[in-house]
Amino acid sequence: MTPATVHDSTVYTVPLVAVADETLFFVRNLEFFYGDFHALTNVSLDIHPKAITALIGPSGCGKSTFLRCLDRMNDLIAGTKVEGSVLFSGSDIYGPGVDPVDLRRRVGMIFQQPNPFPQSIYDNVAYGPRLQGIRKKSELDEIVEDSLKRANLWKEVKDILSKNGLAISGGQQQRLCIARVLAVEPDVLLMDEPCSAIDPTSVQKVEDLMAEIKEEVTTIIVTHNMQQAARVSDYTSFFLQEVAGEPAVLVESGKTNDLFTNPQDKRTEDYITGRFG
Amino acid sequence: MRDMFSEDRERLKELGPGAMDKTARNEAKRARLLKERLANNTALAVLWVAAGITVAALILIILYVVINGAPMISPKFIFTWPHGVSAKGGIWPTIISTLYVTGLAMLIATPVAVLAAVYLAEYAKQGRIVTVIRFAADSLASVPSIVMGLFGLAFFVEAFHLPMSMLSAALALSLLMLPIIMRATEEAIRAVPRYIRWGSYGLGATQWQTVSRVVLPWAMPRIITGLVLAMGRAIGETAVVFYTMGMAINMPLTPLESGRSMAVHLYLLAVDGINLKAAYGTALMLMLMIFLLNMFARYIQRRYRKVR
Repeated sequence: MTPATVHDSTVYTVPLVAVADETLFFVRNLEFFYGDFHALTNVSLDIHPKAITALIGPSGCGKSTFLRCLDRMNDLIAGTKVEGSVLFSGSDIYGPGVDPVDLRRRVGMIFQQPNPFPQSIYDNVAYGPRLQGIRKKSELDEIVEDSLKRANLWKEVKDILSKNGLAISGGQQQRLCIARVLAVEPDVLLMDEPCSAIDPTSVQKVEDLMAEIKEEVTTIIVTHNMQQAARVSDYTSFFLQEVAGEPAVLVESGKTNDLFTNPQDKRTEDYITGRFG
Repeated sequence: MRDMFSEDRERLKELGPGAMDKTARNEAKRARLLKERLANNTALAVLWVAAGITVAALILIILYVVINGAPMISPKFIFTWPHGVSAKGGIWPTIISTLYVTGLAMLIATPVAVLAAVYLAEYAKQGRIVTVIRFAADSLASVPSIVMGLFGLAFFVEAFHLPMSMLSAALALSLLMLPIIMRATEEAIRAVPRYIRWGSYGLGATQWQTVSRVVLPWAMPRIITGLVLAMGRAIGETAVVFYTMGMAINMPLTPLESGRSMAVHLYLLAVDGINLKAAYGTALMLMLMIFLLNMFARYIQRRYRKVR
């Protein structure tokens, strides 16, 4: 059992090369700004491939912001700025010549609010493959079925594929969105509180599928629910904004089991024992 | 004089000290409640009257037109030509001219307005220029239609040597419709939730793919509402078409032919008292067309809302 590592304000001096095969995302000294507001400071974190990493912390601690840094979704918000390094499979995603469109094809994202498009269930799942130029019906059929199966939704919708994606329940919509992302065969799945707006049965199915796809897809999940983090994840990182208006920091990260049973930082311990947040 | 409060005083004594205060307080409270209820009822009455006036005005106008126009409506009135100096007969060519010019104006205005709105809402850097464009559109929408007609005449007919025709009128009308459609589309696009766009970007879509495949379909019901509003405006428009299309009764085939719209027909029949009955009949037909359009817009909205 390796002890959880503690992140303090030490500036890392590790050279910016992919350190090992162990690391999928290699984040060093990340600073993030919304206009004048400094939201995150000095975040350094390694994300391990073929594992589930949970990002926990109280509301407003920047964990969703951090997640969106990993697929450059923050680019879509006006006035944001990123400093530091984010290496994905060894290359800097904020480097010159990197097209965020290409990045996002490899790093899929699921949001808190299920967001199916106003189209049929089939067209929702086929959306990504069609963007990549796949037109053949048989090929699309196969991708749609396979993706819906992996998202634990196939049994429920196999007879209503032409129904509007907005006409099914919230939990089904969320799994539809997961199927839609899986259809583009991403290497990474970013989930921003995917279970906070859906029914318990669907929560169970989402947690199951995360475990089932673990061998192919690396998952990073932001969650408010510590039980969920403890249940599903292999690694956990704890974010905290200690003073309102000040940037949030990554307090501690490590193997989930270590972090929950033997937190190295007092603040982590206080949070996971429910003393605040 | 009989002591009419003796009983009360007895009761007060029984109730003990402090009871008087309590009773007085209750009285004051009741009076205040009464006053408040009165104010409330007065306000309600005033609101009722205001709402009543609005509805009554609408009902009066509709009733007036229906009562005067309904006897005229018949297949013969709709499907035959007017004839003679007093325009007896039907209004068929004016219906066709109206639909023709409105349809043509829609064809011209819609793509320009929708694309301009997409640019404003999705692509343009939000700032001074966008504010200026938006202000220009709003100003364009408030130009009096008679001025727009005059401009159409001066610009399309005089300067560009187009004949007084469907095309000239459609071009002038499209100027009128442009800001309505553009603002409606822009609002509709802005109302598309951020996470819907993100869903598309998250799958590796480009901006254009996101706009054309997700944002516009999502915004469609509200865009259609804008289109219908603009169409209603164009169908009822008199001054613009009068100046640019003329008033010859004609069944238009090519866009370069002139014609007389229903609104112009109505105006000409009524202004000299040529045939008031036919004028009312035309008015009723015009109202029916706009009513049907609005129903159609509501139907579209409801059909889309069902799945939202």
